[in-house]
Amino acid sequence: MKVVVEKHPLAIRWFHWVNFPVLALMIWSGLWIYWANDVYRLGWGSTTLLKFFPNSFYQAFALDHKLAKGMSWHFVLMWVFFLNGLLYVLYTILSGEWRYLLPNRHSFKEAIQVTLHDLGLRKEHPPVRKFNGAQQIAYTSVVLMGLGSVLTGLAIYKPVQFGWLTQLLGGYELARLLHFALTIGYVLFFVVHIAQVVRAGWNNFRAMVAGFEIEEVDPRTHEVKAGPTALPAADASLSPTGPQA
Amino acid sequence: MTPDQQPSHTSPSQAEEQSALAAAAKRTRRSFLITGALGLAGLAGWRWLDTRPTVDGIPAPLRKVLDFNAGLSNSYYKNTRLAPEFTRSRARQIRVNGKVGLRGEFDPAAWQLNVQGYAPAGSAPRTQIFTIEQIKALPRTEMTVEFKCIEGWSTIVTWAGVRLSDFLARYPLATRSGQAIADVNQPPADAAPYVGLVTPDEQYYVGLELESALHPQTLLCYEMNGQPLTPEHGAPLRLVSALKYGVKQIKRIGTMSFTDVRPADYWAKLGYDWHAGH
Repeated sequence: MKVVVEKHPLAIRWFHWVNFPVLALMIWSGLWIYWANDVYRLGWGSTTLLKFFPNSFYQAFALDHKLAKGMSWHFVLMWVFFLNGLLYVLYTILSGEWRYLLPNRHSFKEAIQVTLHDLGLRKEHPPVRKFNGAQQIAYTSVVLMGLGSVLTGLAIYKPVQFGWLTQLLGGYELARLLHFALTIGYVLFFVVHIAQVVRAGWNNFRAMVAGFEIEEVDPRTHEVKAGPTALPAADASLSPTGPQA
Repeated sequence: MTPDQQPSHTSPSQAEEQSALAAAAKRTRRSFLITGALGLAGLAGWRWLDTRPTVDGIPAPLRKVLDFNAGLSNSYYKNTRLAPEFTRSRARQIRVNGKVGLRGEFDPAAWQLNVQGYAPAGSAPRTQIFTIEQIKALPRTEMTVEFKCIEGWSTIVTWAGVRLSDFLARYPLATRSGQAIADVNQPPADAAPYVGLVTPDEQYYVGLELESALHPQTLLCYEMNGQPLTPEHGAPLRLVSALKYGVKQIKRIGTMSFTDVRPADYWAKLGYDWHAGH
């Protein structure tokens, strides 16, 4: 029989859906700023594999000539991005959610298994839990990236008054590069995240909106037969299968 | 459902399942409606913010937050924090990025610096005129610092000139009483809160708070990379400050005034941060 299994607490869902548009607008306003000195590229010497960004990109999204506007939005929304992230971290600590999210000694091996499976290189499905090893690493990394964005941002926002931070990060120019690289990191995270959410399907996606999944249980014991159990990965007793995001 | 159940009867567990799924469907609808409504509200809020009347080029509510940011960072500000200095060999030629205020006819030989000292409200400003020789006669300070453009690029440059604080120590024009500023970290109560700088043609103008004007890395500058300033870099005298973006480092200063009110600022009027740095 099918039962409702609670997955994401309301607070987590709020943090997630506040962060999504705010991070999107941070990236957008960041592009308005970056356009004014768009010097980064992938390449070496005179060979450029990828320029950040081609002119057609700015034109397609009307990103040019908006430096002042970009700075104003960036320095307003930074508060929402920072406070939402801070509250999220505090919530995960106080509620105990961190147990599901923080990688442990099993996570790295499991992350490799998950990656191989998702790429079609490994048949055996990795254990299904609320968050598998790959997810634990990804979701913890992205929080650290958020912290990195706040610190590198502060280092280039007030490079003299926060000079100690700017110097710690390797100077003004390196801090600006890191700030940009982290942004590219979010975009890559987003692409993989969306692909995994699509793969995982409706049940998983609904959980981030409504909070629950519908799972098959044994009608006598009510033991969950498939889907995410509430087991933290630390108790890596290995269990049934099903894709996840 | 187990195979041995009667097809025409619903078992207790089936009924349980049915009601659980019905409740879940209701909860799903509710959650998606609320999420959708909040999304639309967010979008409407963003449109609203973006269409508010502007204050100095920025929608008023955003401007309020930016002013709050400025207040917060100013409360952390200390004149004892210095920008890193580099060895002279790391200095490079710097690009010419702004020509506003430099376009008209200009005779460097006839140039003088016009300083309007801080005067009690209502009284005429105490004007004093300086030649470049008088300024060069003051203690010379050289620094090799990173010049940062608000656009995002930076270049290490060696500048030389007189610290604005040294200028004011010799010519105490920043206080109403005419007393010198003994400690740049604690200016006397009758010191002007602002400094305004304008090009001779009045086309380019910037404002600074007194604190950053008194910072030891703020210079009235006449030399760049060991050479006299060139016209396109602001000869005969420009402002250089390691605290500020280039937009504040006005070239070819014509008038410097000490004021009560925040002086007009060319780029701040167009939506850029009035402080532009630190």
